[in-house]
Amino acid sequence: MRQQLTLRGNHALLTRANPLSKFAAVVLITAVLALSIDWVSASVALAFEVLFFPLAGLTPSLLWQRGWPLILAAALGGWSTSILAPDSGRILLDVGIWSMSEGSLQLGIGFLLRGFAIALPAVLLMSCTDPTDLADALAQKARLPHRFVLGTLAAMRLVGLMAEEWQTIGMARRARGVGSRGNLAQRVKATLGQSFGLLVQAIRRASRLAVTMEARGFGGGKRTWARESTYSLLDAWVLGGGVVVAVLALVAAVSAGTWNMVWLGS
Amino acid sequence: MPAASEDPAAPARPAAVTARGWGWRHAGRAKPAVNALDLDISPGERVLLLGPSGAGKSTLLHALAGVLGDVNDDGEAGDADESGSLLVDGASPRAGRGRAGLMQQDPETQVVLSRVGDDVAFGAENLAVPRDAIWARVHEALADVGLAHLPLDHPTSALSGGQKQRLALAGILAMRPGLLLLDEPTANLDPDGVLEVRDAVARCLDKTGATLVVVEHRVSVWKDVVDRIVVLQPGSATDGAVLLDGPPDRVLAEARTMLAAAGVWVPGYVPATRSRAAVPAAGTGNLLLAAEQLAVSRQRPARSGFRKIPPVPVQEGLTAQVRAGQALAVTGPNGAGKSTFALTLAGLLEPVAGKVSAALDLSRGAGIDPYKWKAQQLISRVGTVFQEPEHQFVTGKVLDELRFGPRHLGHGAERVDELLERLRLTALVDANPYTLSGGEKRRLSVATVLAASPQVLVLDEPTFGQDANTWAELASFLSELLDAGTAVVSVTHDAEFTAALGGSELRMAAAETVAP
Repeated sequence: MRQQLTLRGNHALLTRANPLSKFAAVVLITAVLALSIDWVSASVALAFEVLFFPLAGLTPSLLWQRGWPLILAAALGGWSTSILAPDSGRILLDVGIWSMSEGSLQLGIGFLLRGFAIALPAVLLMSCTDPTDLADALAQKARLPHRFVLGTLAAMRLVGLMAEEWQTIGMARRARGVGSRGNLAQRVKATLGQSFGLLVQAIRRASRLAVTMEARGFGGGKRTWARESTYSLLDAWVLGGGVVVAVLALVAAVSAGTWNMVWLGS
Repeated sequence: MPAASEDPAAPARPAAVTARGWGWRHAGRAKPAVNALDLDISPGERVLLLGPSGAGKSTLLHALAGVLGDVNDDGEAGDADESGSLLVDGASPRAGRGRAGLMQQDPETQVVLSRVGDDVAFGAENLAVPRDAIWARVHEALADVGLAHLPLDHPTSALSGGQKQRLALAGILAMRPGLLLLDEPTANLDPDGVLEVRDAVARCLDKTGATLVVVEHRVSVWKDVVDRIVVLQPGSATDGAVLLDGPPDRVLAEARTMLAAAGVWVPGYVPATRSRAAVPAAGTGNLLLAAEQLAVSRQRPARSGFRKIPPVPVQEGLTAQVRAGQALAVTGPNGAGKSTFALTLAGLLEPVAGKVSAALDLSRGAGIDPYKWKAQQLISRVGTVFQEPEHQFVTGKVLDELRFGPRHLGHGAERVDELLERLRLTALVDANPYTLSGGEKRRLSVATVLAASPQVLVLDEPTFGQDANTWAELASFLSELLDAGTAVVSVTHDAEFTAALGGSELRMAAAETVAP
């Protein structure tokens, strides 16, 4: 987990783009998809996203490793929509309260594709963006306060440490006779106690880290940046790519007659 | 921002320290941490600060680093009380951002960012050093601490404890401080790491000429680096804070007995410990616990989608026997998996391969595999004392901590008073465990585990960072337990501790996966 905070080993093209342009492109695409539940706009966007994967250094297995909760959630959403949405057209499946019709299946597939098309850019963005670069971009380009940005960045490094600490505290408490096995109530109680132990350690670590940062001059007014966050031609391409995908998805759906604004109802 | 205007290649000017009747009381405390301190340190001097715990050594270092207490908008201390004056180069330490660099004990919190180069650059960035000058300083600082072979994007999480401390030193050097403040910089390191850090500090001082103030109770480590020893005493209304002050040889000659009595590790001093009544021959004593062809890892099986991948063991093929009344020392270099092995043996980690089996004398009907025992079955059979005592505290009062085990077992409460007495905790029964000193926490953590009367006691680095008095008490107490028939397994780097307990040694080789 701690290793995943850097992009060591990933030299794909998109790792060199500025995090802010990547973020803007992702926001554009997801904004269009969020407007309409239809399978045309979603599948056009999805097709382009899959094409972009190699540019971010993503492979299908890496994608599954990092994005499986999102992928499962999208699949579940699609399934439940197709069986629970109001029926229209020919009935395809009818098992008691579950029924699937042509209309509801179409809606379900639209939901599924849309879920994928919205989730994948987020995974894509995470896989080709180093948190340190993101912090640099947020502080230098987006002009967010550097105390806040760098404080968050330093704290993120502790999150990985806390995962290890959680395991150690769990063992240390078992060695004191606090069981983490047993019935639900016992488990909940043990988890609460363990969380408190972790909280204490997290606060101690955080205050020591704060002293370290303060002793290194952090928190003053003016500071310089060893790494300059820059825009390059690549960022124009990234942003342009985002606009093209968003527009194509919208145009395709409107011309196919499937565009379906969510808040207007169907 | 003085650093910004200077020539980036210019070495820092060594700083002078002046204290006149300086005192500090932490917010919410009745007694001052430091009282009436008069001290002059001239530029370039190297000072080792000694004194019993509670003498205010860390407080003084934090004050010199300008990070002490809450500071309100006027730059004055908030709730805490400050008296007298403490100046670095004639100015308040808070004003001279970057004049002093502070290194603390816990290596994990000395690293700020996740890439080596960025971490070293952090301090220089905060001092608004121009970009080109920063990278020149980063390269120079990494070379000075002996980490120049690492790429700048090397992940800081992959460094060993000694390397992390050297990285922190590089980050401090990149700020070009005139004053280096080290607060027990090697207390959490193994012997190799200690020398690694000490030598890097000595090299950098020779090069920069900076003033050094180091707090450390292992005198032999720093004796040849420093040219002055200052001994502090706990704050009192009548006496000054400085008890002794002078060249190392003179102070050590004059005050050797006094320092040793205060728990300071003066060179060549091994505290006397109780020797065992009779050391049983190897292989005798009832067999309690056996490890056969054990492979160990802290990692749980990884999940890749739906597949389960067993972790790569840090060590495999380990075989050991734990016998009643026998001590077993687990030794070897850092990262060899000693603690992981001990935790697996203690039924806290699941073996990756091979098995840990409890003999009938130990299992008493609980089954052969300690990992499968319920927590309550475990504590009366195998007790484990963790390296960090705080990890094991489960209540808010010392007395409750000790009663916790017996209460859950339904017996053994009569042992609590004896343990309180024996480990000198009687006066602390109402204290919150988290507020105790390092030595008190260690004694408490041993006492709480023993309150459940385990037949096997497993200790992970029990002597790390302990002063000589706690060390001697611990060794003597464990030898009593051994004589009474308890088996003691200790993971340790401490050769003197191993010698004091006797018994056999399991020496583990460095792990296959070598840290870069």
